[in-house]
Amino acid sequence: MPHRTFFWFILPSLAAMVLFIAFPIISVIIQSIHVEHEQVLISVENCGPFGCKQITAIDAEATALLKADQPLGQFSGLDNYTNRNHLAFKEVSKAWHSSESVGAFFSALLNLPFYKALLFTLSYTFVVTPFVIVLGLAIALGVNGLPKLAKGPTIFVSLLPMIVTPLIGSLILFWMIDGDGVIGATLKYLFDDPNLSLKASPTLTWIMLFVYGIWHSAPFSFIVFYAGLQTVPEDTLEAATIDGANRWQRIRYVVVPYMMPLVVFITLMQLMDNFRVFEPIVGFSSEASATSLSWIIYNDLTQDTQLFGSAGATSVLTIVGVAILLLPVLVRTWRDFNRKSH
Amino acid sequence: MSSQAQRRSSMLAITSTGFIVLWIMIAAMPFLWTLWGSFKVQGDFFSKADWTHALTGVRTMAETGSAFTTSGYFGAWMEQGFGKSVVNTFIVVFSTVIISLTLGTLGGYALARSGFKYSFWILMVALVFRAMPHITLVSGYLLPFFEWNIWGYLPTSIIVLVAINQPFTLWMLHSFFLNIPKDMDESAMVDGCTRFQAFRHVIIPVMWPGVITTGLFSFLLAYNDFAVTASLLSQENQTMIPKIASFLGTTQVEGNVMFAVAAVVSAMVPLFFLVMFFQRQIVSGLTAGAVKG
Repeated sequence: MPHRTFFWFILPSLAAMVLFIAFPIISVIIQSIHVEHEQVLISVENCGPFGCKQITAIDAEATALLKADQPLGQFSGLDNYTNRNHLAFKEVSKAWHSSESVGAFFSALLNLPFYKALLFTLSYTFVVTPFVIVLGLAIALGVNGLPKLAKGPTIFVSLLPMIVTPLIGSLILFWMIDGDGVIGATLKYLFDDPNLSLKASPTLTWIMLFVYGIWHSAPFSFIVFYAGLQTVPEDTLEAATIDGANRWQRIRYVVVPYMMPLVVFITLMQLMDNFRVFEPIVGFSSEASATSLSWIIYNDLTQDTQLFGSAGATSVLTIVGVAILLLPVLVRTWRDFNRKSH
Repeated sequence: MSSQAQRRSSMLAITSTGFIVLWIMIAAMPFLWTLWGSFKVQGDFFSKADWTHALTGVRTMAETGSAFTTSGYFGAWMEQGFGKSVVNTFIVVFSTVIISLTLGTLGGYALARSGFKYSFWILMVALVFRAMPHITLVSGYLLPFFEWNIWGYLPTSIIVLVAINQPFTLWMLHSFFLNIPKDMDESAMVDGCTRFQAFRHVIIPVMWPGVITTGLFSFLLAYNDFAVTASLLSQENQTMIPKIASFLGTTQVEGNVMFAVAAVVSAMVPLFFLVMFFQRQIVSGLTAGAVKG
């Protein structure tokens, strides 16, 4: 295909991506080095029956005018990145010098909003992803052994947790887990503790969110593995049986190696999707004990005075995080590509 | 010896079937429970006395005189105007799907048929864009959209959803186009078609399965979105999912969680039918990316 034709075919799609994905990234970077205007103060004389007093008041008109004039706010350099709500260098170094143990340092770190969100986001990503892969493979192996007639309905039901809107899925689970809901009530009964509340304990909230994540994503890896299982050659399995391999050995030494490329694919997709965990935190209203990077950006943007600078700085840091996460994949693809072209 | 092995394998079959039955219950129970509970009053859905009340509906009987009530649905649809957000959702979702597919088929076809180095780079950049959390992009849109006075309208969020959809659509359609032999469009061009005519009259007719599958996933992405629609739409233009989220704030105060429950069930119904009718396409779409490894 000549360059010219290629260009015209790709143009609309490329334009959409440049305008609404690449530009926003630039806009986020610019926002992140600005901070909202301080309110314009004026001092006015307030005269009452007991004489006049000088008081300082907010000049709403001038503030609005300044905002309209420079909507970005004022230039602040890297302040947004280093302040307490983001990387918090000052607080971190203070905590490092003043805390006696590593544990104390970490608990001090967890009081800083950015690190709290970062820790949860990373834990969520690296706990949910392996569980999803193992559980998905187990379900795929189980479904593969079912009679043919049962497979279709099983796949139908299995798809539901993945297809359903994340916010709705988390709300449904949240209502069941509520102290007066069915799971919450059962847990109270099992542990014989009428005050047990999953919402009140940070540890239990984290576990609850992980469980939701696994429930939501396991169907994806199940479907991919199930499709992969159909391509494992029968003769290799038969040969292994003749050589005396038992069922477990056949899975371990024949099926799993065949699944390896799929594991890479699922890991990549899951890392991307779990790193942006957001809706469950809204659905479970768990912000007191667990927040994520996406959630703190959303929180900055939906306050009464929208903190564009702060949201921008967190967004840039999140994008850097995504880049680090994807780096191994990109490097590998780049190597493959070079090997092919030489 | 053989009977021992047989017993072992039947044991295994039972465990594996038991595991699948357990999984099916875990996967389906929450939906059935909420569907059933949405026809009860709040005192039964969140039962302080006994969770079995949610099944039997003791309080529902006492309050309304029958074991089922549609008061939650009435409240959500009639009093809270959920119907309007349903209409908005369908406008947003269908426009997003149609525009995404138009742009995506053109771009995906070009990427699949060109061997240039930069087509590889476009795909790589698309992969990086695909990984971007949507909310990071939203924080970049908001300020310019406020400045240009286009914040809050449906077309704005349609365009944004189309753009966010593009990387994924490009990848998926690109891998579907690769499966269509090059000879088809080339022979059409030898017969005198232009590239676009070959694309339009020869390739698209055989691409329908791929286009439908990709369309389903665009549909899901737009339908399930919360980050973009919640921050880019004004109160009166809200779609279903942000509407449900805003219910939570107001209804919890009034003690009318049942509105939210009814709205959630209403929003689940289209997805349920989608899976029922398009199960095969969804499965093939999920694996399309994986087949190539």
